Amino acid sequence: MAIFNLNINGSEHSVDVDSNTPMLWVLRDHIKLVGTKYGCGIAQCGACTVHLGDNAVRSCQLPVSAVGEQKITTIEGLSEHGDHPVQNAWLEIDVPQCGYCQAGQIMSASALLKRNPNPSDEEIESAMNGNICRCGTYTRIKKAIKTAASSENV
Amino acid sequence: MTKLKTHMGRRAFIKNTSLASGGLVLGFSILNSCKSEQAKEMAVREMPKEWFEMNSYLKIGDNGVVTIYTPNPEFGQNIRTSMPMLVAEELDVDWKNVLVEQAPYHADKYGFQFTGGSRGISARWEPLRMAGATARQMLIAAAAETWQVPKEEITAEAGVLQHAATKKSAGYGEMASVAATLTVPEEVQLKEVKDFKLVSRSQKNVDAKSIVTGRPLFGMDIQEEGMLIAMIEHPPAFGLTLKSVDGEAAKAMPGIKDVVTIKSFKDGYEKGGFDTNAFPELVAIVGNSTWEVMQAKKKLKVEWQPITAYSETIAGFGGKQTINIPAGLESTTTHKSQMEALAAKPGKVVRKDGNPEVAFKNATTILERSYSAPFLAHNNMEPLNAFAHVAGEKAKIAAPIQIPSLIIPTIASSLGIPKENIEMDLPRMGGGFGRKAYAHFVVEAALISQKVNAPIKLVYSREDDMTNGIYRPTYHATYRAAFDENKNLTALHVKAGGVPESPLFANRFPAGAIDNYMAEEWTIDSNISIGAFRAPRSNFMAGAEQAFLDEVAETMGKDAIQFRLDLLKRAKENPVGERNDYDADRYAGVLELVREKSAWKENDTTKHRGVSAYFCHNSYAAHVLDLKMENGKPVVEKVVCAIDCGVVVNPDAATNMAEGAITDGIGNAFYGELTFQDGVPQKNNFHQYQMIRMNDAPKEIDVHFVQNEIDPTGMGEPPFPPVFGAVANALYKATGQRHYEQPFVTGNQIVG
Repeated sequence: MAIFNLNINGSEHSVDVDSNTPMLWVLRDHIKLVGTKYGCGIAQCGACTVHLGDNAVRSCQLPVSAVGEQKITTIEGLSEHGDHPVQNAWLEIDVPQCGYCQAGQIMSASALLKRNPNPSDEEIESAMNGNICRCGTYTRIKKAIKTAASSENV
Repeated sequence: MTKLKTHMGRRAFIKNTSLASGGLVLGFSILNSCKSEQAKEMAVREMPKEWFEMNSYLKIGDNGVVTIYTPNPEFGQNIRTSMPMLVAEELDVDWKNVLVEQAPYHADKYGFQFTGGSRGISARWEPLRMAGATARQMLIAAAAETWQVPKEEITAEAGVLQHAATKKSAGYGEMASVAATLTVPEEVQLKEVKDFKLVSRSQKNVDAKSIVTGRPLFGMDIQEEGMLIAMIEHPPAFGLTLKSVDGEAAKAMPGIKDVVTIKSFKDGYEKGGFDTNAFPELVAIVGNSTWEVMQAKKKLKVEWQPITAYSETIAGFGGKQTINIPAGLESTTTHKSQMEALAAKPGKVVRKDGNPEVAFKNATTILERSYSAPFLAHNNMEPLNAFAHVAGEKAKIAAPIQIPSLIIPTIASSLGIPKENIEMDLPRMGGGFGRKAYAHFVVEAALISQKVNAPIKLVYSREDDMTNGIYRPTYHATYRAAFDENKNLTALHVKAGGVPESPLFANRFPAGAIDNYMAEEWTIDSNISIGAFRAPRSNFMAGAEQAFLDEVAETMGKDAIQFRLDLLKRAKENPVGERNDYDADRYAGVLELVREKSAWKENDTTKHRGVSAYFCHNSYAAHVLDLKMENGKPVVEKVVCAIDCGVVVNPDAATNMAEGAITDGIGNAFYGELTFQDGVPQKNNFHQYQMIRMNDAPKEIDVHFVQNEIDPTGMGEPPFPPVFGAVANALYKATGQRHYEQPFVTGNQIVG
């Protein structure tokens, strides 16, 4: 066990955990931020996607010891009032069914739009292919990403 | 005008006076900590000082805010929006003043809280509207009493009561305290469909904001004071059971509290139809955090032993049934040869019309084709989990499950406590698709909590979830068609079976449309646990039947849609037999609608199109699917879909569900497969089990509903089964090859 000081959603958090503990479980079990979801534990489903700096990463494969000073953003911290353009687009298109994968989808989508504000269909598919939606909301996810891309201040 | 006696759901109107002034319906609620974004936003605006309970489904605040308790568990079909819409419609309240809360399990207050079988809306269609209409009538009566005017002269609309002659007006909140004391009316009038103001108009998902902001909603998200995390270790193969465990090394790992064994059923317990459980004896490991328990689990030293064959009587929906569970370690290759052997022998005749033997004997041409599909894992994104806190004779449970009432007796028996001592909350499910109808994991959670004497959350790993499945069975069907010298269809024969259940629906189309018809079935016993998977049995039969009919039409030189319509015309005008379970007009209706909306043309060579239509769960669905091959890989360009499910309560939500069903169907048709080797599931996570991803999803989906005023029928399942046929038929057009064995696409690299 060791103490790790983490910057999560702009706040400092200190946790005493084994250094191999994936950020997914640090977030869920220790910091009680449960918006980041466990789906597979092997970076195949994308439900656990968070931002490390500006990049979308699978938190189930990110050991707490590898984070260091880098800032982590989770779905809870994507925007202060839940009104990030991607979140707004998700509401406008009414994307979710069960909703379990959607935090991960939104974190992948918002990282994509940050580096590529006007992605093509192929670029969207490529960026989102690591996020499984068992309910099959992919057509709405794509539509919502395009809606967010066409809005300002992504 | 629909007039209903309120005694139908009388128990829903029993009021518990101690609850009249707000708070929760039950004292206990795990979900209390999971207040929705909707409630938070409403709180910012205004929350009432006092609540008045009108019946178990709704309470009205002194400021006119209405809380509606939505009775059935939510697993993504959006009934947490559409069910309250039914109440609000008849209550005639402004939708923006409605708060939705999930009702806990409570059979007396909420009836059969069952999410499955596409029955949610149809089963609640009258009772929920009645709950709203009754409260509205009581509010009118309260105004009449207060204002001393005849109640017939009072109008109630959008949360406001008015008496035109005296110009008196009051919000529902002002009359709620009086209304709540009045006698429940003996009879209520429900609105005509044409008078709906809310129902049949798309309303946004009430939970969408909570979902997109990551609020705790799911069973997996539950965090309680003092709660420990538990995981289970189940046998690595079907056909094995627990022999012994050495948990010392695991217990020595950091954060680990205990290693225990549990037995899910008391000896001699008579199981219900949803008590399915291949592994009733398990090892459980309990500790402080999920990661620590996952690490320690690897240190368990468990010995397993073969099961012995047994028979058991199951008290299911359709009465008592004896099933045989064989010993042994089963493999997919053996299943395949067993199925082919039985398919070649006569089966059990379930239906026979005319004289099919003679028709086949006299046939000029016979078309015979066999279809098969593998076991499927449900693979809900949220792995199985449940919270339980058993303290002495009481149990508090929060379980993301589809049928709470059916697991309560098992929990009570296994814990040895009265049923009445179990309180259960119903958190949102991260998918269900039938899997969470089988709630063995809740029994496990309760037993673990009892053993370790602490609140625990049982978490299945993805591997546990995939390898301890209640799978969609593997199926096989052989279809034969007889033609005379003029290529007229003279007979049809279907013989279907599976491991361990038959998928046959003997009385479905095209039964009823063909003079000489025979349906047979067979089964092969298995120790692999199986159960409902979105549109059970239909999800195979539709694909086989609709792919075969496509070949029959081709053999006859007929257009695929017109051929089906001709059969349906026959079934309507001069049906064969009396047990046909479909309405030929409504069936034809979806085919005609999909033909129009897809701009279907006979002998269209510009597209590779497949059509398919099916009836199940009392609804009708038809798809036209366009597909092209790119680098040897099928790409679905567009799917046009037509559905007749009666009145569509929330059209955009229903459209979303149809889009999902289509995508789900394409994914399973292309890739869905679980195989077994010596009882061991050959896939345990998404690196091996290929799921449909965005790049394989249809580029466009266009959903249409038949407009009518028929009471709602099923919606979650009906659009799913016909997808398999549409994919098969379009693949044929694109490749020139017929596809008979699912999955249709194999050997793909899986991208994570």
